[in-house]
Amino acid sequence: MSSALETRKLCKSFGALTVADNIDFRLEPGARHALIGPNGAGKTTFVNMLMGALAPSSGQILLGGEEVTRAPQSARVQRGLGRTFQITTLFRSLPVLDNVALAVAERSGLATRLWRPASSHREIIEESQGLLAELGLAGDAAARVADLPYGKQRLVEIAIALGLRPRVLLLDEPAAGVPSTESERILQVLDRLPADIAILIIEHDMDLVFRFARRITVLVQGTVLVEGPPEEIARDPRVHQVYLGEQHG
Amino acid sequence: MSGYSADPRIRWTEWLPWVAAIAFFFLFPGYLSLGARILIFILFALSLDLILGYAGIITLGHSAFFGLGAYTAGILSTKLGINDPFLQLGAAAAMAAALGVATGAVILRTRALTLLMLTLAITAILLEIANKATDLTGGADGLSGVQVSPILGLFRFDLYGKTAFFYCLVTLFLGWWVVRRIIYSPYGAMLTGIRENTARMHAIGAPVYWRLVLIYTISATMAGIAGALLTQVNQFVGLNVLGLEPSGDVLVMLILGGVGRLYGAFVGPVVYLIAQDYLAKQYPEYWYFGIGLLLIVVVLFARGGILGLTDKCLLLWKRESSAKASAR
Repeated sequence: MSSALETRKLCKSFGALTVADNIDFRLEPGARHALIGPNGAGKTTFVNMLMGALAPSSGQILLGGEEVTRAPQSARVQRGLGRTFQITTLFRSLPVLDNVALAVAERSGLATRLWRPASSHREIIEESQGLLAELGLAGDAAARVADLPYGKQRLVEIAIALGLRPRVLLLDEPAAGVPSTESERILQVLDRLPADIAILIIEHDMDLVFRFARRITVLVQGTVLVEGPPEEIARDPRVHQVYLGEQHG
Repeated sequence: MSGYSADPRIRWTEWLPWVAAIAFFFLFPGYLSLGARILIFILFALSLDLILGYAGIITLGHSAFFGLGAYTAGILSTKLGINDPFLQLGAAAAMAAALGVATGAVILRTRALTLLMLTLAITAILLEIANKATDLTGGADGLSGVQVSPILGLFRFDLYGKTAFFYCLVTLFLGWWVVRRIIYSPYGAMLTGIRENTARMHAIGAPVYWRLVLIYTISATMAGIAGALLTQVNQFVGLNVLGLEPSGDVLVMLILGGVGRLYGAFVGPVVYLIAQDYLAKQYPEYWYFGIGLLLIVVVLFARGGILGLTDKCLLLWKRESSAKASAR
């Protein structure tokens, strides 16, 4: 069975600085996979290459078994790749409903309609409302995103990504900047995501990683240090040395 | 507000410009040529609002399309003897659309200052071509004696500009209707998305570049039609339709009225052109000073233009009256 997402010998350097060094990575269908590593390990660069926001220097990226190394972002999204951003990247002055509806419209191919009013496209609006309801945001549909508390903005990020009905979902620090009282809500949402979506989560919060992930890849200085199930990673002395050691003494 | 949460039905206030235009026709029969000029610039500003206000494309070169449309109509009449008003409009629209798609495809890969400079360069090049190709354009003398045959074979362009005024009004109405449909459509909502957050639009799979090329072409087409109207109404076309100056004028008009709010494109040209008409008569040497002062006041004290200011006043007034109601 082909992987949901795969990289082969993926490299990226900026001049003399190598930020991705021969990364071989495999994300299985339905995976719950975490990518961890200290600051500057190249996690965000890796995600940006997966999405097509950044061109790799060499190597290959395969999505559902098909090569997409040179494909633009839009083509990858259409083939089922979705993401959330570490720093909320939303349409701040637009209502919450519109934020999700824009994504649903793109996925369903209705975004290029020039004539009928957007608000008469019931199919888009109902699907968006459904997604908001699933994430507990039904009451906020009419609010401007900028007026929402930050924890809810993080949920809107996830709602937009789900509006794309992705087969592979990249979650870039979904709980970043959220007070711990609200991060539990985000965890609940992550736990309930459809089982058939392959999820790669990039996260600093180790509690969240060990609770959510069934497989962990540790990235250090642009290379894969080790990969395995959470128990193994937690025991691995190298991981302790470069990463966990800082937090768990 | 456009988008998925907006009510697309036409509100009663949206009929006011049309009522005002018809009232103007009866109240100021001596000013119909100024009126027609205002209507033309509203159409021009409306086309600019579509790309600047909704899609967030900044440009100082929108006169390229306006000027190309204007010269197309002029050349058709004076060189080829084609005087049918709709043929002239159609040809102007087609030429402007072709230029829009050709230049848009090149420059819309860039952003911000680079984009601004490229748009300016394109209209500057056209200005120089129009200046040098005297056989076709008349150079600095322009093309006079542009003929327009009666509209539908019935309505002759009269000395008082009555026909011209209604002709421009009907064309503007159609242009407004098209723009309004677009901005309330999913495409319009998507454009607002690009303006608000381009990175996010990429991440939800929108081919942003192609979307911008299409709206740029639509906008260029409208600007070309506006330019052709100007030639038809003036029966003349000269170099002043190209280059930085008309681009800057229409930009100032839109900023005065309010960017990205559809009716800013109506209010701006009315204020600008009436102020220009008045100031040019009173202070023929200093009228630009007055326009400059007006712009500074608006930019300093009324971000969002005259309509933005009106909105704020209405909001204050509503709060005030609701506060009074709750105090009772």
